[in-house]
Amino acid sequence: MTLSTKDAVPAPGGALRQARGGRAAVGADGRTPPAWVRIVAPIAVGVIILVLWVLVVDVLAIAPRALPSPLAILNDLVKHSDIIVEDMGITAKNALIGLAVGAIAAIALAALASAFAPIDGMLAPLVSAIAVVPIVAITPILNTMFGASSQFGRVAVAAIAAFVPVFVNVLRGLRQTRPVHRDVLRAAGANGLQTFRALTLPTAVPYLMTGLRIASSIAVIAALVAEYFGGPADGIGTAIATYAKSGRASLAFAYVAGGIAIGLAFFLVTSLLERIATRRKPV
Amino acid sequence: MTGPQASGVRDSNALAVRASGVGKVFPTKSGDVVALTGVELTVSAGEFVSLIGPSGCGKSTLLRLIADLDSTSSGELEIFGKPARQARIDQDYGIAFQQAGLLPWRTVAGNIELPLELHGVAREKRRERVAELASLVGLSDFVDRYPDQLSGGMQQRVAIARALAEQPRLLLMDEPFGALDEMTREYLQSELTRIASDTGAAVVFVTHSIPEAVFLSDRVVVMSPRPGRITEVLPTGLGDLRTDSLRESPEYFERVTAVREALHGTPVERANER
Repeated sequence: MTLSTKDAVPAPGGALRQARGGRAAVGADGRTPPAWVRIVAPIAVGVIILVLWVLVVDVLAIAPRALPSPLAILNDLVKHSDIIVEDMGITAKNALIGLAVGAIAAIALAALASAFAPIDGMLAPLVSAIAVVPIVAITPILNTMFGASSQFGRVAVAAIAAFVPVFVNVLRGLRQTRPVHRDVLRAAGANGLQTFRALTLPTAVPYLMTGLRIASSIAVIAALVAEYFGGPADGIGTAIATYAKSGRASLAFAYVAGGIAIGLAFFLVTSLLERIATRRKPV
Repeated sequence: MTGPQASGVRDSNALAVRASGVGKVFPTKSGDVVALTGVELTVSAGEFVSLIGPSGCGKSTLLRLIADLDSTSSGELEIFGKPARQARIDQDYGIAFQQAGLLPWRTVAGNIELPLELHGVAREKRRERVAELASLVGLSDFVDRYPDQLSGGMQQRVAIARALAEQPRLLLMDEPFGALDEMTREYLQSELTRIASDTGAAVVFVTHSIPEAVFLSDRVVVMSPRPGRITEVLPTGLGDLRTDSLRESPEYFERVTAVREALHGTPVERANER
């Protein structure tokens, strides 16, 4: 295949690499640190903090009693890994169902709001209201409402928390179609539904993924915090509250590590989805 | 590549576009803006007509009216004897804009076949047609690429292929080469004359480049602003052969001067030329 200079093609995957290096956009001029520094530097910070932690707690023994040694936390993490994983499953499931329900409701309502201006007018104040309600404030009420044996209150809290960022982003995404694209579809004789499927929806997908990424972390936090306010005696949050109160700080911290793992997993998966959805730059 | 229009006998009496007393008024807060008034224009089947004029002369507006992307405020507008709306629904025309307007999440093939997909053409048929069109615009090796992997000139060629997907008898182009560099531009101009004669389609081409209008067209329609209207229609009479040597011929320069004079409204003195 021969190419004339005026029709030169960027190397395949070039856009992908650029998108990945988004935050290190100045990397090409050599002023940002090389790749190995970017990987080693945060690891070094983590190691330094760990060493200081061990020094303060184990060697010097000047820490308050509530702060256990990282070695003790690791010990509890390994020893109780079976029940920690079990509780992680409960909390992660609540967060995931909440995220899914909240996102589906948000997508449906955002689609309605973008299609019909009166519905947008009706939903706007409602969404603002949901956005400013601190979820913690309604959690005890929901827990009481649905009883001590039901996970429903926790799922509901996660769903409400996940709803807002997805709704806001999807609604914005559904309004991003460019005039030239609308002209192309109209000139091709596309009807409303075809235009929605071929243009409006694909345009909104990257925005949906951004909303999901933000919502995923919020859903995990919401599901976990909701456990502090009652409901069944399971889940990461319940365990942290219980063991912190009963003086088993190292086990409580081991559960915190479990919570971090859930949040991280949600964040990584949704970040990956977002990256896939945004890999094609607009031209 | 031969479309049915190229092989079939062309009805020279059929009019691709017939505009009679066409006007367009845009209502604004500070009163109505007359974008076009009293447009009388016919474009025969297979004819290449350029619309040229300064900004605000309504040349793009006229093209959008023909394409039924906007509706006329007054007058009659027929495309192949039908109302513009019907012609759009029947896919009697294909259109390309200054921006290629490719969908970034679709490959080159996916963009070219978009109109076919919308009209329910079967997958196998679409694949064949995409292959034809890609070779017509010289992009056979790039059908699996994404638009962000193409240069501006290549993107515009994809847009032209997409416009030709339904084998339209009329091709509408709104400054399609306006954002490209001069070399790519001249190359695509030659390509376009070839494609237009291969397909036998009539072309209405909006530009603000005098040489471009003269090089491409059978007739150049000169327009002027406030209010937008047609002031002169100049046949180029340069024949069917559009090669790069035409760009150096005295006849070509004569037509360029004639169009320039029509645009300025007065004879242009040689010494004042750049």
